[in-house]
Amino acid sequence: MPQPPVVEGSGGLKGSPPVVEAVDVTKVYRLDGVEVRALDGVDLVVERGDSVAIMGPSGSGKSTLLGLLGGLDRPTSGTLRFDGRDVTGLSEDELAEVRNRVVGFVFQNFQLLARTPAVANVGLPLVYRGFGRAERRRLATAALAAVGLGHRLGHRPSQLSGGEQQRVAIARALVTEPAMLLADEPTGNLDSRSGEEVLELLARLHDERGVAVVVVTHDPGVAARFRRRVVLRDGRLAGDPDRDRESVT
Amino acid sequence: MRFAEAVRVAWEALRANKLRSGLTMLGVVIGVASVVLLVSIGSGARNEVTSGVESLGSNILFVAPGNLSFGSAPAVSRLGLEDVRRIGDAIGDPRRVAATVASGEVARVGTRRATVNVQGTTDTVPLVFDRTVSRGAFFSAADVETRRRVAVLGADPADSLFPDRDPVGKSITVGGVRFRVVGVMGRVGTAFGVARDAELFIPVTAAQRLFGVSRVDGIAVKAPTTGQIGEEQAIIREVVTRAHPEQEYQVLTQQDILGVVGRILGILTLVLASIAGISLVVGGVGVMNIMLVSVSERTREIGLRKAVGARTRDVLRQFLLEAVALTVSGGVAGILVGIGAALLVGRLSPIPAAITGWSVALAFGVSVAVGVFFGVWPARKAARMQPIMALRYE
Repeated sequence: MPQPPVVEGSGGLKGSPPVVEAVDVTKVYRLDGVEVRALDGVDLVVERGDSVAIMGPSGSGKSTLLGLLGGLDRPTSGTLRFDGRDVTGLSEDELAEVRNRVVGFVFQNFQLLARTPAVANVGLPLVYRGFGRAERRRLATAALAAVGLGHRLGHRPSQLSGGEQQRVAIARALVTEPAMLLADEPTGNLDSRSGEEVLELLARLHDERGVAVVVVTHDPGVAARFRRRVVLRDGRLAGDPDRDRESVT
Repeated sequence: MRFAEAVRVAWEALRANKLRSGLTMLGVVIGVASVVLLVSIGSGARNEVTSGVESLGSNILFVAPGNLSFGSAPAVSRLGLEDVRRIGDAIGDPRRVAATVASGEVARVGTRRATVNVQGTTDTVPLVFDRTVSRGAFFSAADVETRRRVAVLGADPADSLFPDRDPVGKSITVGGVRFRVVGVMGRVGTAFGVARDAELFIPVTAAQRLFGVSRVDGIAVKAPTTGQIGEEQAIIREVVTRAHPEQEYQVLTQQDILGVVGRILGILTLVLASIAGISLVVGGVGVMNIMLVSVSERTREIGLRKAVGARTRDVLRQFLLEAVALTVSGGVAGILVGIGAALLVGRLSPIPAAITGWSVALAFGVSVAVGVFFGVWPARKAARMQPIMALRYE
């Protein structure tokens, strides 16, 4: 099986293909016999070290686009490439490997395994790389330290605050050293202070590690902190409306 | 995912729901335990029969009417003492032929009574069946010839009718007829659940008059060596068939009897174990049910695992292993319960249950198979989930 290149979060490698590239991508669902065109000819390129906010009202296709960019789903038509490789040519197993190596997911509701210590939650993606326990623990500990939770290794999600849980989830996304963090409303379930901390953490990881950060949000305040902003409306991308505006990241 | 890791994950998932896992296992525990127990009882019964048949002596041929097979009714014998003579002549040694006609009777000595199995036999019983006489002597050929009313007591009636006296020389009454005790048999124990020490031997001629019959129930011949069994079997069959062309007779070796009884017990054991196996199937359905619940409860976990790189086969293996871990734990517990119950049955009943390695191995194998069989569908359901849908599942 061909191995997708492992991208150490060095960012902005000249000459290497974009992390993910969507060309004229369409996604059509069938709901009770009715066709729903969730995405309709979307073009989007996420370069190495990129910083993108995807905005749009609910029902605009944000989550669908995020699923495609993360390799969780395949487009109905159009071209989707990870590291230059077309997903239509990838088997389910290869797509699983793309999710493991290229993408790090951060979800609105954290998606941590209950009753499982933080260090095991963070080490989970490494399980599917065949890493042994000791190695997983070493890498997970380092990732937790990087998000400021080096002292919470054995804590279970129920013993952590929302902000801490989201930082555990970010550590989990980070532990595989992916080329891209994909965050779906990462502050949606957090109070403003925890949300602020999470956004600062994402910004710091982007700056320090050169990892591309793509965030889906309906919050303009969150979107404003990303270098590029695109707006989805009825499954169509309205482009970067204010690409020149100053951004925090 | 590494295999050991997958086993650990499965085990932890079961521990997370201890009560539910335990209750689900119960069906498998009961099924496996009953299979182990019933097979043990069947094997114990077979051992009992084998040792019983072997305890009758060695190299013995039995002549019996009818066709010895599963389900056939016992036929009434038309054999008589003249057949005993014919067979004795044919094999050239009448001392190796014994005949018996039997009936249950009550023996009385004064006010003491004992239920005995009266065996009217020839004088050749001690030689043919390797029986010993502990006191006095067995009756003689002359006693048989002259229809003398003498008796040899089994060890049990000797003890119960003459608790504090030597019975030899005393009188007992059987069916209203007085017999003089001439000997007491050595103790031999139980065979086929029949207390052979409760026997009372009288000359076959006296017995025929006592019971009002002229037949004998069966004839036994002791071949001089194991190698001559087949030869003598043919001779006896020839003699009996010529003498009684109107009725079918069988000349059986001890091996033949063991074969028939073994087959009957084998079928019974199989039937009982199959019925017990049904509860294993029910247990398996319970496992499938719980695994389906578990899969839908953990839809988001499955979605997450897929999102971070779990392949279809990783998820399949995880849930399959979980089902197998359930049934194997249940199977091991069931084997222990079954062995315990078998030991208890062996202690409380006359059948010494024999725990056989193959039944334990089979029970273990079946519990693994039940886990795989009933775990595959839920596991496939989990493995086929679309990660994007699974993650949004509420």
